[in-house]
Amino acid sequence: MRALALRFLVVAVLVGAWELLPRAAIVNANFLTPASVVADSLWRQIASGEIDRHVLVSLERILYGLGLSVIIGVPLGLATGSFKTFDGAVDAPLQAGRQVSAIALFPVFILFFGIGEMSKVMIILWASVWPVILNTTAGVKGIDPILIRSARSMNAKGVTLFRKVILPAAAPSIFTGIRLGAAYAFMVLVAAEMIGANAGLGFLVLHSQEIFKIPEMYAAIVALALLGLAFNKLLLLIEHSATAWRDAAGH
Amino acid sequence: MYFSGNGAVEQSLRIDKLTKRYAVKDAAGPIVALDAISLTVGKGEFIAILGPSGCGKSTLLHIIAGLVSADGSVVAHGKTVAGPGFDRGLVFQDYALFPWRTVLENVAFGLEIKKVPANAREPIAREHIAAVGLAGFEHRYPSQLSGGMKQRAAIARALAYDPEVLLMDEPFAALDAQCREILQGELLRIWEKTGKTVVFVTHSIEEAVFLAQRVVVMTARPGRIKQVVDIDLPAGRAAGDVRSSPQFAALRHLIWELLAEEVDKTAEGFLARPAPEARTRRSLFGLLSAAVSREGG
Ligand SMILES: Nc1ncnc2c1ncn2[C@@H]1O[C@H](COP(=O)(O)OP(=O)(O)OP(=O)(O)O)[C@@H](O)[C@H]1O
Ligand SMILES: [Mg+2]
Repeated sequence: MRALALRFLVVAVLVGAWELLPRAAIVNANFLTPASVVADSLWRQIASGEIDRHVLVSLERILYGLGLSVIIGVPLGLATGSFKTFDGAVDAPLQAGRQVSAIALFPVFILFFGIGEMSKVMIILWASVWPVILNTTAGVKGIDPILIRSARSMNAKGVTLFRKVILPAAAPSIFTGIRLGAAYAFMVLVAAEMIGANAGLGFLVLHSQEIFKIPEMYAAIVALALLGLAFNKLLLLIEHSATAWRDAAGH
Repeated sequence: MYFSGNGAVEQSLRIDKLTKRYAVKDAAGPIVALDAISLTVGKGEFIAILGPSGCGKSTLLHIIAGLVSADGSVVAHGKTVAGPGFDRGLVFQDYALFPWRTVLENVAFGLEIKKVPANAREPIAREHIAAVGLAGFEHRYPSQLSGGMKQRAAIARALAYDPEVLLMDEPFAALDAQCREILQGELLRIWEKTGKTVVFVTHSIEEAVFLAQRVVVMTARPGRIKQVVDIDLPAGRAAGDVRSSPQFAALRHLIWELLAEEVDKTAEGFLARPAPEARTRRSLFGLLSAAVSREGG
């Protein structure tokens, strides 16, 4: 109860400061719009449906980019986690790859895939695939070997062994990787939408600033944060329903 | 070599000159875990394996289960063992239940692999869960069960896909005395009812004498068969108070002396050899590559 009160208090102080600093002219109100005005702007854009298009475009890019990350990263992580020779072979490029910033590669993606959707999906993919691969690998390596033996003693092998034992055993770790990947995806999404885009929340932020609609700019930033939070919540829900056995254990 | 007098009985397992060496990095030579083990187990027979810690009992069971390769041969029901199979079921010492599956789903695992149709799996699984006294706990996860219940679930899982041979690795070691006795009784009941062959590894002389028809006493590492002791106690042990009979005491004493020599050996060499815990946990890599290389065969 006290913890909850404290949480409210912290939020109230932050929002209060956001509201009062520009109102008291301590911060230039042209640069920092008071919280209530931003909220009003956001609400109007939601009510009028203006923001829908941008949310949908951003969400679509996230889904494609993160979806590809999962499709590529999970099997790759399962393989590196399971096969030592394969792990050894791809370790160097994987370690090097994750060090290369997705933003730094954006010009390269534009060169290859043009300025359209493809390069935006690619940059999101690049940013989000590493945590998926690494956490899947770690998840597989952390499986208790006894469980594998146990499955093998019942004649499980090959794809069945992967599907029925390795995948569920590594699932908690895989989900952690996907949630981390999603956080990175949202970060680079904004950068990607600031170049050669005409829709999306990142575009809306930059565009609003360019045409001096500062409240709309802040509204778009808040919308991005809310979307990120909602997406994380959704992933958590999926994770909990997929690994319900962990709740049973009282985790 | 010592064989007890059931040569005429149909053979379930024929183990012939089984030798297992483990290559260990920091040791001078390979560790010889098993040295020329030969043993024949009759169909429907209940044998117990006793031996000092680290003498290779688990290794032996895992080789019979087809999880570990070795020199020599294991023939199960006339077929040379080249990998795991539905004819053999292994119950691990530490249960090895899948934490993400309920009791029902755990017990149905082997049936899924065996490709038993989905609608037939549940009744079979439920029947075996009931047989080990776990009815009502079908939808619990392993983390919600006590040690004894987990062990029951593990036994039900190995029984469900109906292997002819049940290989049990110290299944009751972690249980309290009372729970242990109850499960021993239930195991005997199941064994008498199903007529399965049981190879039962234990550390407990009592348990071995109480359960088995023959007790195989192994030497300290390298594991060899020291002696096979016939247990000629009256049948229907589960019912009467066999444990306090003079025959029981005599057998227990005989085996105790056999074992004591071996345990002394282990104690003498204790500082010179690695502790039993020092065995390397086989990595998943190793297990998977083994699984994959087995695929071919
Ligand atoms: N994967 C392995 N690599 C190297 N050595 C191993 C491996 N597995 C077992 N050993 C060694 O082989 C010997 C036999 O091991 P095993 O686990 O079969 O003994 P055990 O009789 O079951 O012992 P316990 O009674 O303590 O369970 C031990 O000395 C052990 O250290
Ligand atoms: Mg053992």
